[in-house]
Amino acid sequence: MEQLFFVIFAGIALIGAVNLLLRRNPLYAALSLLTTMAALTGLYIMLKAYFIAVIQVIIYAGAIVVLFLFVIMLFNIRAVERQTDRRGYLKWLALPFAIILIGQFLYIVRLFEENPTPVGTEIGFTEAVGRKLFTAYLLPFELTSVLILAAIIGAVVLAQKE
Amino acid sequence: MNIMLLIQAKPDWQVLAQDAARLLMPEMLVILFACFVLVLEFMLTPEQRRWAAYLSLAGLGAAGLSLALMFVKFTTAEVGFYEMVVVDGFALVFKVIFLLAAIFTIALSIKFLDVENEQRGEYYSLILFATAGMMFMASGADLLSIFISFELMALTTYILVAYLKRDRRSNEAAMKYFLLGIFSSGIFLYGMSLIYGLTAETNLTKIADTLARLARQQAPQATGFVAMAGMIFIAAAMFFKIAAVPFHMWCPDAYEGAPTSVTAFMSVGPKAAAFAIFARIFIDGLPGLRGDLTGESFGWVGLLAIVSALTMTWGNIAALTQNSAKRLMAYSSISHAGYLLLGLIAGNETGYIGLVIYLFVYVFMNLGAWGVIVAQRRASILGERVDDFNGLIHRSPGMAVMMTIFLLSLTGIPPTAGFVGKYFLFAGLIETGNAWLIALCVLAVINTAISLYYYARFIKAMFMSDVKEEEPLALSTSLRATLVTATVMVLLVGVYPRPFIAFTENATRHLLGL
Amino acid sequence: MVPMSWYLALGAVLFTIGAVSVIVKRDILSMLLAIELMLNSVNLTLVTFSSYFRELSGQILVFFVMVVAAAEAGVGLAIVVLLFRNRQTVDVDQASMLKL
Repeated sequence: MEQLFFVIFAGIALIGAVNLLLRRNPLYAALSLLTTMAALTGLYIMLKAYFIAVIQVIIYAGAIVVLFLFVIMLFNIRAVERQTDRRGYLKWLALPFAIILIGQFLYIVRLFEENPTPVGTEIGFTEAVGRKLFTAYLLPFELTSVLILAAIIGAVVLAQKE
Repeated sequence: MNIMLLIQAKPDWQVLAQDAARLLMPEMLVILFACFVLVLEFMLTPEQRRWAAYLSLAGLGAAGLSLALMFVKFTTAEVGFYEMVVVDGFALVFKVIFLLAAIFTIALSIKFLDVENEQRGEYYSLILFATAGMMFMASGADLLSIFISFELMALTTYILVAYLKRDRRSNEAAMKYFLLGIFSSGIFLYGMSLIYGLTAETNLTKIADTLARLARQQAPQATGFVAMAGMIFIAAAMFFKIAAVPFHMWCPDAYEGAPTSVTAFMSVGPKAAAFAIFARIFIDGLPGLRGDLTGESFGWVGLLAIVSALTMTWGNIAALTQNSAKRLMAYSSISHAGYLLLGLIAGNETGYIGLVIYLFVYVFMNLGAWGVIVAQRRASILGERVDDFNGLIHRSPGMAVMMTIFLLSLTGIPPTAGFVGKYFLFAGLIETGNAWLIALCVLAVINTAISLYYYARFIKAMFMSDVKEEEPLALSTSLRATLVTATVMVLLVGVYPRPFIAFTENATRHLLGL
Repeated sequence: MVPMSWYLALGAVLFTIGAVSVIVKRDILSMLLAIELMLNSVNLTLVTFSSYFRELSGQILVFFVMVVAAAEAGVGLAIVVLLFRNRQTVDVDQASMLKL
């Protein structure tokens, strides 16, 4: 049963990713990324990482991709499309690069094969994550607030009209 | 069972507050002043805008004072915040380097931003945020805190590169730098996830312990492969950050397109910060993967040696044909990344001293050279071509002499600071006695000779060509003071290096595990 | 029961697709989206390891990756807006000055 769910979610995620690779229009690419993210949420729930599943929907799907869609729709996409003039040979590098990456990854995955299934005691609840976030990871958490402040300043400085 | 334990864990606020006051005072001051500068911005009339710069200099000075106190107070390494930060000699020395880079950059920027008509407080507060990020990077004891502080630095640098909004080159440079930067962050994270998957730890010293245990126990071959893959991913991301070949292609464009004052900052601060975490992660976290060059085991030493050889050679050869002063200096900075890697490759005391002291003197000589380029920018002249330096000796003899000193130091000619740095870097390689490393050292010496050729083009333009422009240079008191200080330091370290070597030994003691 | 290696394999494949997309894509927005895909695959890998070890720091790391991704998306899109604005007013069809 669980395997069936995995296959379904993984299939959706892969279709979304391949679609992102093949589409030229960024609008469709953003929508296929959304599909992949939704499927990943299902996988996070199967892995019992509930908090991550929730923020995946709220932050990634809800905030980041929507922001992308806004920008894509606010501006004329066709004009954006020809923005980079890239060197042609990069394309031919991509295939061997992919083959090397995949081969190496599959080897790594095989090494973890004998490991048991991740049943997991339920560690991914919001409360547990929150506890850990505000004790052991307090400093990085505070640093992210500085990071976000800097990002806000930057976005305002760059995007504001004179 | 686990969850009950977790829920009972309560933060001990008193301990945390004490940790913060004791370990992170300079960083907190820098962030505080960055916020002050933002607020001050609203209270200033356009004519008073420069006060933002003076306030940020005051903030950096305050941070410098508290850092000086920490030098007295900390004789041994101390960890805090649940082992997220560590304050040791290594971190303190690098924090001094970052503060100096930030102070010099702000002093260079004041007049430059007036000329560009972009004098605003946000610029200075972003530089302060980037400095805070770099200082946290140097103190990071955990992959997580290193990652966040690294992103703080990187994100602010992307914004600074795009700072000249109306200049299309600035926009495009920022776009390119940004895309490649976050691409390399993704690679870094994947490497991190592999290491985490192997060890279930994010703390660097614990990673090292667990990897050593795994290597002794079960299936050393298999764990070795995963660890190696993780190491290669992390190394690739680091090569991006220090602009080493083959991941250097963003560097000339980003350096050319960015506002010149920001380029000066990028070539010194973030580069030193990247080297700091490079050394931290590889020496503290992955010492077991070091490998050697006898051909028995491949490790990061071999990888770094290949990359270093490619980087110095390619950087120097590409610099030969550049006509833009900014691009030329960008390629020169690529080749310097190659020299700096030699310190990590040698892996002995001399090499580490070379790495740290070279990064220290690089602040003065490189920011000095960039400062002279910044001064060429005037209302109607970009001043970015080597030709723009024509006849500088007639227009401003002092500046021409100072530029010559900086360039000689970048080459590594004896009475200057650059020689001291190069001496230690090269001597470290020879000390190892390995034939391959000695060959690498010979290559580095040949490269130094090549670099003399393109630095000499500046000197030839300044002393032997006729004046092309009559408009006076954009000089200000702060710029003059910066250039003079940098010149004095370059000569002082070159003539009397002993106290500075003692200063860097604070840092190398940690790297050597003493 | 689903073995751990399936999750890891999916993460690896998604990472590769993301990395290849970054290389072959020609427009900036799609490249940004492809980088987001790479970060997502890293997150999947981290969550898998985290629930296998029953150790939370992997999930916390995912949380931080998401925050950083959000901040980066904000800044990146601001740069895109800037670029587009200057381009529209100057010249749309001229090829890029800095080759990517």
